[in-house]
Amino acid sequence: MTERSARRGIPPFVRYVGVRLGLTVLLMFGVTLVTFTLTNLVPADPVQAALGEQAAADPEIVAKFRAEQGLDQPLPVQYVTYLGNVLQGDLGTSTQTRQPVATELADAFPATIELAVAAIVFSAFIGVGLGLWAAMKHRKFTDQVIRVISLIGLSWPTFWLALVVYYIFFFVLGIFPGSGRLDPAVIPPPHITGLYTVDSLLAGQWGTFWDAVNHLVMPASVLALYTIGLLTRFARSAVLEVLDMDYVKAAKAKGLPPRTVTFGYVLRAALVPIITVLGLAFGSLLSGTVLVEKVYSWHGIGEYSFAAATRLDLPAIMGVGLVVGFVYIGLNFLVDLLYGAIDPRVRVS
Amino acid sequence: MTDILTQQTKRKRRISLPPAFRTPLAITGAALVLFWLLVMAFAPLIAPADPLAQAFERLQPPSAEHLFGTDQVGRDVLSRVIYGSRISLPLSIGLVLASMIVGGTLGAIAGYFGKAVDEIIMRLADLVFAFPTIILAMVITAALGPNLTNAVIAMLIVSWPAYARVTRSLVVSARQQEYVVAGRLLGAGAFTSLRRDVLPNVLSPVFVLAMLDVGTAILLLSGLSFLGLGAVPPTPDWGAMVAGGVEQFSSWWIAAFPGLAIFTVVMAFNFIGDSLRDSLDPHTQDAVQGRAM
Amino acid sequence: MVDTQNRADRQGLSVRGLTVSIHGKPIIRGIDLDLVPGKITGLAGESGSGKSMTGLAMLGLLPDGSKTGGEILFDGRNLLECDEREYGKLRGARIAMVFQDPTASLHPMLTIGRQLTDHLRVHTGMSKRDAMAKALETLERVKVPDPATALKKYPHQFSGGQLQRVAIAVAIICEPEILIADEPTTALDVTVQAGVLRLLQQLCDELGIAVVLITHDLGVMSSLAERISVMRGGEIVEEGPRYEVLRRPQHTYTRSLVEALPNHEPFLEGAVESAESRPEVGS
Repeated sequence: MTERSARRGIPPFVRYVGVRLGLTVLLMFGVTLVTFTLTNLVPADPVQAALGEQAAADPEIVAKFRAEQGLDQPLPVQYVTYLGNVLQGDLGTSTQTRQPVATELADAFPATIELAVAAIVFSAFIGVGLGLWAAMKHRKFTDQVIRVISLIGLSWPTFWLALVVYYIFFFVLGIFPGSGRLDPAVIPPPHITGLYTVDSLLAGQWGTFWDAVNHLVMPASVLALYTIGLLTRFARSAVLEVLDMDYVKAAKAKGLPPRTVTFGYVLRAALVPIITVLGLAFGSLLSGTVLVEKVYSWHGIGEYSFAAATRLDLPAIMGVGLVVGFVYIGLNFLVDLLYGAIDPRVRVS
Repeated sequence: MTDILTQQTKRKRRISLPPAFRTPLAITGAALVLFWLLVMAFAPLIAPADPLAQAFERLQPPSAEHLFGTDQVGRDVLSRVIYGSRISLPLSIGLVLASMIVGGTLGAIAGYFGKAVDEIIMRLADLVFAFPTIILAMVITAALGPNLTNAVIAMLIVSWPAYARVTRSLVVSARQQEYVVAGRLLGAGAFTSLRRDVLPNVLSPVFVLAMLDVGTAILLLSGLSFLGLGAVPPTPDWGAMVAGGVEQFSSWWIAAFPGLAIFTVVMAFNFIGDSLRDSLDPHTQDAVQGRAM
Repeated sequence: MVDTQNRADRQGLSVRGLTVSIHGKPIIRGIDLDLVPGKITGLAGESGSGKSMTGLAMLGLLPDGSKTGGEILFDGRNLLECDEREYGKLRGARIAMVFQDPTASLHPMLTIGRQLTDHLRVHTGMSKRDAMAKALETLERVKVPDPATALKKYPHQFSGGQLQRVAIAVAIICEPEILIADEPTTALDVTVQAGVLRLLQQLCDELGIAVVLITHDLGVMSSLAERISVMRGGEIVEEGPRYEVLRRPQHTYTRSLVEALPNHEPFLEGAVESAESRPEVGS
């Protein structure tokens, strides 16, 4: 009996999750290290930036400031303090707005999430669909056309596309509303998630919902274009690899109908690499928001980053880096979990 | 009597060029790249005006005199676009070469020597991959100070891990091939073995990666300039020009033409890279991360 | 699915003058082959001889760009003239295949139970419960231990030999009349090969299936096949009853194949002496 209980080890999935979680946490620490190092790399004197020139000229004030900010401590100690602050949600103060960076980011967050999620869902269906189609029609005309389309999608500079779409569809044609998440005349729905689309649905405000969706279309499509290019390409190669596998031939040899073979066998196997790419694509999307939100006056993290970047608001920039880094790492962790759900080789011994 | 053909990867003495490169896609791409390289080389001869000269009437739409119009301070947009190639192209190509060398070397070392060296290098790569590309590049450039040099440094930091990862996995699988083992048994030193036996098999996929990467580098560089973190005015960088056009929205030509330039160049490299990839091995594993917009 | 009571109805398959070319390159240059219910026919040859393609041709699974000629006669018609829909009804249900490597021919992410029953349900319209019952029964027939638990497991949880038994189960669950076994033991450990081969023999006897055993390994062939066809370069160079072919190979190629076997002496005992073994003529 003792032998049996001694052999009852940790189930492989739990072990897998545990390892991934550990790595995730380690990476998050790494991220804070990176932002901390970069903050201290700054040639500009933080004192001057924070206090202004006149105050910085007075040695007493400077000394006091440095002591207050802990700038006279050795670096490792500063890092620990920094880490402590981050863990408590203090990301410093913006040199532009004088507001806590954490609060500003929290306010801006839902807008970007709404945009990114809309874009990724849209591009996932189209991208994976096109990639699958192209792979099934390998080397035929459809494949070539889809390849070219995806290459073109990957070549558009996102910020330029944002402008072009804005110009054509709003400025010239007036099909879609130009800026912001809602019409100026429309009141935002009661705040539950911060996502206007979801919140308005939850509150039953159909008019608001449609307005929000209308405003989402342009920026989400712009963001989606690059991602579609990416996903199509990766989905295509993932599926091509799977098509070579014996189990596809065997599935056909069993007399299974083509649709079952395509979706139940081929796509299922290709899902693992495809999900990896979806995670990466989301990272790409987050990057893209920086370039796109400004054009559409979308008050999200992207717009915030853009402003911070152009004005060199370092605490804000670092805050963005930290938060986006955390979100991205967290997302990749979720992707890892998803593997376990899909691929039994991961989850079962 | 045999039956099962043993797979013997021959030791490659030379890097073989991909066959059947003559697809319309590849030719279009090559032609476009050639076009832009010529523009870059002969810029002073082609450009109608000095790109920095604020000599003309401001905000003129495209006309016979100014094919691309003039911008908000009276500079000829066509000339600026032409000269812009002298910034984007050399920097991006140079960046890709540098990343390939730095990343490739680190990756090869990691793959070949394994253990602690491998761990360290790969963890560093993971750290870079923990951030979405532009965000990290943005953060680094901002910290170092917004100018072109720092932008390139930032881009290098952001780009090397992809090459490192690809090289590493290629090296790891190549290292186990028979002829490499045989080489070591015959007394070749570690570096000789790496250089002579392993590297030639590794270079082709890395080269394909690099070709596709030039486009990404151009996008990243212009993106950073768009944010004001790369080239600073009055430098005629395409990204910065598009940024300038944002304010002057109704003067669409200020942003349109530089953007078009970026688009065509990137597309050209993407066409070439994709054709290369397809002709080398249609099922090459894409070990590249999703890159910047 | 064939009514198993009516074994007498079971029919074989005949290949007459089959030619296959892929993108213009001839792979099979006109071969004849007969598959008889309840008997195992061997198709021997090296890689590239076209033997695997023969199996694929029977199922209509030749790669893109293939052109065929000749006849594959089954159930009174020429299979080569069937369209995809008709083939779909035949594959798995009346003609089935076992592939070389079970770790590759079974989908890694689907349970054994699912892979056993999905085509069964397509061909018969059975309910899930009935299909699972039949799956259990089939697993017992192929002697997979603890079949009830096995149904819920995934391919990677099985050893090579057991997994090939599962693959065989997948092939026979719809009670096909023809079974194509393409190198069924080549990917397996020597120690488990015999067991799987014995299983094939058993199933052939019990179920009256016509089996074509495609392999390069004459040793495997010698223990199972009743008649052997030797294929080379897309043509059949020799055909005959097992021991005739092995002991008295007519064709030099066949002879070299037999001689390459590690223990071929017993086979060639009754054969014509080869030149080397003739005693020197002394003066």
